[in-house]
Amino acid sequence: MNNLLLVPVLAPFLIGTILILFKNHLTVQRWISAITAIGMLGFAFYITYIVYVDGIQTIELGGWAPPFGIVLVADLFASLMVILSSIVGVVCLFFAFQTISKEREKFFFYPFYMYLLAGVHGAFLTGDLFNLFVFFEVMLIASYILIVHGGTKYQLRESFKYVVINVFASIFFIVGIAYIYSITGTLNMADIAVRVAEIEQTGVLNAIAVLFLVVFGMKGGLFPLYFWLPNSYFGPPSAIAALFGGLLTKVGIYAIIRTFTLIFIHDPGFTHNLILILAGGTMFFGVLGAVAQFDFKRILSFHIISQVGYMALGLGLYSQLAIAGAIYYIAHHIIVKSALFLFCGATEKITGTTDLKKMSGLLKSYPVLGWLFLVTAISLAGIPPLSGFFSKFALILNGIEQERYFIVFISLVVGILTLFSMMKIFIYVFWGEESLAEKDKNKPIMPLLAPILPLVALTVILGIGAEPIFSFSMEVANQLLEPSQYINSVLKE
Amino acid sequence: MELLMILLIGIIFSVSTYLILTNSLLRVIFGIIMLSHGAHLLLLTLSGFNEGAPPLLGEESSVYMDPLPQALILTAIVISFGVTAFLLVLGYRTYRAHETDKLDKLRGHADE
Repeated sequence: MNNLLLVPVLAPFLIGTILILFKNHLTVQRWISAITAIGMLGFAFYITYIVYVDGIQTIELGGWAPPFGIVLVADLFASLMVILSSIVGVVCLFFAFQTISKEREKFFFYPFYMYLLAGVHGAFLTGDLFNLFVFFEVMLIASYILIVHGGTKYQLRESFKYVVINVFASIFFIVGIAYIYSITGTLNMADIAVRVAEIEQTGVLNAIAVLFLVVFGMKGGLFPLYFWLPNSYFGPPSAIAALFGGLLTKVGIYAIIRTFTLIFIHDPGFTHNLILILAGGTMFFGVLGAVAQFDFKRILSFHIISQVGYMALGLGLYSQLAIAGAIYYIAHHIIVKSALFLFCGATEKITGTTDLKKMSGLLKSYPVLGWLFLVTAISLAGIPPLSGFFSKFALILNGIEQERYFIVFISLVVGILTLFSMMKIFIYVFWGEESLAEKDKNKPIMPLLAPILPLVALTVILGIGAEPIFSFSMEVANQLLEPSQYINSVLKE
Repeated sequence: MELLMILLIGIIFSVSTYLILTNSLLRVIFGIIMLSHGAHLLLLTLSGFNEGAPPLLGEESSVYMDPLPQALILTAIVISFGVTAFLLVLGYRTYRAHETDKLDKLRGHADE
């Protein structure tokens, strides 16, 4: 029993509600939300430390013992995800202070930002399948509002599609819950895992596994279900796009990894091979989309898809090394992808456009921005010694060990195409003849770069300090591959 | 009773699938509403019916209904109510901004 686990869920929720009261006091809203976000980051580190030292922490809500009540569970994976989302939460918030317009701020931007974080943290920490659905909805409803916030014509059109497809996925989540409840008679994930092991995972349970894969894949942007993503992430301002690009799809991936390392683990020949095939399609078609685009934000959005594929690849290979690689990759991706979206926001602030063909030669007036972008971009592509390299290395190494040469080949091709499209951005935006108007040449961008700097530093640190961080990922993977630890600490057996 | 309910759910799902695939904004929203009703009924049906027995009449009663699915449905209904209200407003605003409720005119252009 550890009440600490409630903080990352309850704190943003309560603070968000309080912020509504300060509708017209923007400074107060900014201060309160900044303090909350930073405080939450501290708590996230503290929780991870406790989990690392004392093992998996659980809390039974209302004192109802599992499997009857709802439990919150923090294992290493969940608490690591809470840390990452808190980091992105802080950084995007500070970037939003600089870039979000007054009108948007006034219409409850910060409260919904806090609700979004509450939903994301809840989804990471919950140990109950229906509760996962509820937190998904909390997160999604906040995201519906943030994605349409501002109400431009483009945003309205694409948000409608985003909302419809997500509501559709949520309804099938309920259907999946109905099926699994009728078979196992429980909703506690640890208890479901025990029952599924008893009744053996065949026929109908495989069908349910695929249903959950479809539901989470739709939210996470897996191969045939990703078409909603690039258009809808193009609409909102960069601070929000960075938050969504860093976090939202990863919640779907988190749910896939959680269910397919805890519950549906008894027929990997079917389920995990299916995930592997989807991973290949996701990587390949995502990066092809990125290569075809000529817009900063759209290229980045398509890269989200191709990189979700790498994470699914780690799960599909289903060994300690591969899952550790996937976890390292998630950490790397959340940090780097948010940073890139924020760079996109910074260049948009300077040039007023995200169209690559309308920009050139920014390197002359803004050298710091240019070189920082380059570091982050090649980290995304996987150049050593930055963080992208080590995660891909682990995945590809394990792929070769398991003799899955085709998927290894695809992931290497995708790496090259990623490098190609990131260089395309760098060449179009920063090289060439300077085309800026005189008034745009000396805009103060240090306040914009300040929130991004910690992220760039983190990708360098994750790369140079790969040894301890990778061994931490190995421990996380070890915990994931031995579900008995999770089950025992929840059910107290 | 279960068979009847499952047939009903099948009909609801097929009708809502038809509605979601139509070209009109409002019909898509109606389809989503129908689909969520279908999912809620499915949740209720799959936990099984014990006819004539109320949920939990004290610890001695031998037959009772499982109360959990009803609690789950209540939560799910509240959520889908909120989302539907939001979706209707969003659909209306989209209609006002684009002056059309035909989805094929909301595809967007290649040069954006």
